[in-house]
Amino acid sequence: MTPIDTTQSLQLTPNGQLRHFLSLDGLPRNLLNEILDTADSFLEVGARSVKKVPLLRGKTVCNVFFENSTRTRTTFELAAMRLSADVITLNVSTSSTSKGETLFDTLRNLEAMAADMFVVRHADSGAAHFIARHVCPEIAIINGGDGRHAHPTQGMLDMLAIRRHKGDFRELSVAIVGDILHSRVARSDILALQTLGCSDIRLVAPKTLLPVGLEKEGIRIFNHMDKGLAGVDVIIMLRLQRERMQGGLLPSQGEYFRQYGLTPQRLNLAAPDAIVMHPGPINRGVEIDSSVADGPQAVILNQVTYGIAIRMAVMSMAMSGQTLQRQLNPITKEPA
Amino acid sequence: MRIHIHGGRVIDPASGMDRPAELYLEQGQIRAIDVPPAGFQVEKQLDARGLVVAPGLVDLSAALCEPGYGRKGSIASETRAAAAGGVTSLCCLPQTRPVLDTPAVVELILDRAQDQGSTRVFPLGALTKELKGKQLAELVTLREAGCVAFTNGLQEFEDLRHLRRAMEYAATFDLTLIFHVQNQALAEGGLAHEGATANVLGLNGIPETAETVALAQHLLLVEASGVRAHFTQLTCARSAQMIAQAQARGLPVTADVAMYQLILTDEALRDFSSLYHVQPPLRSLADREGLRQAVREGTLSAIASHHQPHEVDAKQAPFANTEPGISSVEILLPLALTLVQDGLLDLPSLLARLTLGPAQALRLPVGTIHPGGAADLVIFDPQGQTLVGDEHWYSKGSNCPFINHCLPGRVHYTLMGGQLQHTVL
Repeated sequence: MTPIDTTQSLQLTPNGQLRHFLSLDGLPRNLLNEILDTADSFLEVGARSVKKVPLLRGKTVCNVFFENSTRTRTTFELAAMRLSADVITLNVSTSSTSKGETLFDTLRNLEAMAADMFVVRHADSGAAHFIARHVCPEIAIINGGDGRHAHPTQGMLDMLAIRRHKGDFRELSVAIVGDILHSRVARSDILALQTLGCSDIRLVAPKTLLPVGLEKEGIRIFNHMDKGLAGVDVIIMLRLQRERMQGGLLPSQGEYFRQYGLTPQRLNLAAPDAIVMHPGPINRGVEIDSSVADGPQAVILNQVTYGIAIRMAVMSMAMSGQTLQRQLNPITKEPA
Repeated sequence: MRIHIHGGRVIDPASGMDRPAELYLEQGQIRAIDVPPAGFQVEKQLDARGLVVAPGLVDLSAALCEPGYGRKGSIASETRAAAAGGVTSLCCLPQTRPVLDTPAVVELILDRAQDQGSTRVFPLGALTKELKGKQLAELVTLREAGCVAFTNGLQEFEDLRHLRRAMEYAATFDLTLIFHVQNQALAEGGLAHEGATANVLGLNGIPETAETVALAQHLLLVEASGVRAHFTQLTCARSAQMIAQAQARGLPVTADVAMYQLILTDEALRDFSSLYHVQPPLRSLADREGLRQAVREGTLSAIASHHQPHEVDAKQAPFANTEPGISSVEILLPLALTLVQDGLLDLPSLLARLTLGPAQALRLPVGTIHPGGAADLVIFDPQGQTLVGDEHWYSKGSNCPFINHCLPGRVHYTLMGGQLQHTVL
């Protein structure tokens, strides 16, 4: 009597095209590869002197950020502009919700303004699912990060970085280091790596920053940094939020850096040509040493560039899937 | 009204009766079994051929939401729903507005139940003033007003000293206390069972230890104080084992489980459906199996609906911002019959967990069929089917994940005090 997982059918049209982009859970490998291939082609657009393509001309993209963000918001805006869409960005955290308006009503109002796509960031896990299922199913919803649950465009831009710099996922060892418990980036990276066939995913963190129930085939847990990094091809460092010290999860930033900070010495334990990634913003001297962050193995700034291409890919694919779906059969809203 | 219930299979867990029998009701009571009393003139005959006649179900926990939460439910609507689920007696919770911590609120509830209710209503009083976990409510006065037991809900006591004193005071007057054990610090901010599903969904986890640590503390204090204690809505297999050990040591403790907890697991949350948001949370498959075994063995002697109706808005938000609870009293019997269907236990044993077990836990004078006793009965077809929400949905809360499911069994009649409260459509 337990219900089946319907996330996949929520995100895809009956013939498997993307129409919302909420989570990497349930998306097949060929679709992830299609996103990466499309993003690769958009990277070339970004290198041209005229950086626009007309794929979303006449469409309105609405960035609705219930949570602060600079990098993600800006790259989504740029991506939409390069696709020739009209873009508006709302920082809802400071307007409607403080007047007592519910998420449901805020989104319904924006829907009434005839937006074609919402990019949503929200502090609650599942917010994007809720909007796609119950609020605005006819509008393409792109998850720009929901609580600890998912940050699927970050996950895909990380995959693009890995593919461009290291190649075939099946041959790689990837270590994700730091606050995995609170990280939506880690969750999306893990799902993407598994789907793309990576067989050695290592999670490196103290027990206080590791969630329960992670152990699965292809995933290994390391509590000690040196063992976890041995011979890996890719190191993904996670940001450590300052409030973790207050919750009794860690004694201090200093002790954290001594145990889990990525220093040149620790980087030497990885494969000689290993790359270093970080979703940003980085905390120098907390999770990563400046000489590593600025060093030749770091691809942290490349990730930002790839982020625009990935977001262009996802937005154009979801818009075309949603448009097709709307033409074929109008969707009815499900009651919550 | 003189009623003759003809041709049914009468099951009474209290006396062990399970055989075809004729029942004769008069003036709200069961007057005779098998042989009509002299001069008995039948005014109404209920045909129970092919049906089971059992004591009306006794539900130890159902939120009626009155006074104070009229958008969610009312005494009239929720007891009507309960009657449709085969329930004739239910215990309502003190989380009303104002809190059920004064005789005035007890009287209001009992008066309204008398006027508008479709079941008997036994109020559970607040153990502390406003459920704040500090100053005791006037427990003896509340008992005299009609409270059958006392609980502080999921709100913790200020500290263990206050909890200990509450138990000692209650023991002085032989009151029964109901405990909803969850250590709030360990459960802090939690939305789901701490496990693989919560991890995938990025929801804060509530560890098993939030329940078991609190249960261990309570059991030790119960042992020291000698108070009669009932542990309600347990969710962990480990908790059931701890109750079994305490009972083996001779402690005066009983325990119940939510009916839905015996069916659902945390896997149900996989799509962020707020219908499955409950507190304490749905647990793992292993927990569910442990709870089911404990029900079979009788460690968990009662199954309750833990009915919590909500208005639509309460469930219409991202998961974390929705209110916990499932509206389920309306289908208590059909849901419970899935346990018989699954072969977990036989029908008389199941009925014991729904009638005698809960009645004994709180010493309620209901839940049996005997001459001279109240004619509180449910008459149902165990072979029938209920398509949930198809023919009726009396509860104000449609927050029920089983709507549109087909469940075994079909309630034909529910009688409370010899009055028909529900008749199959």
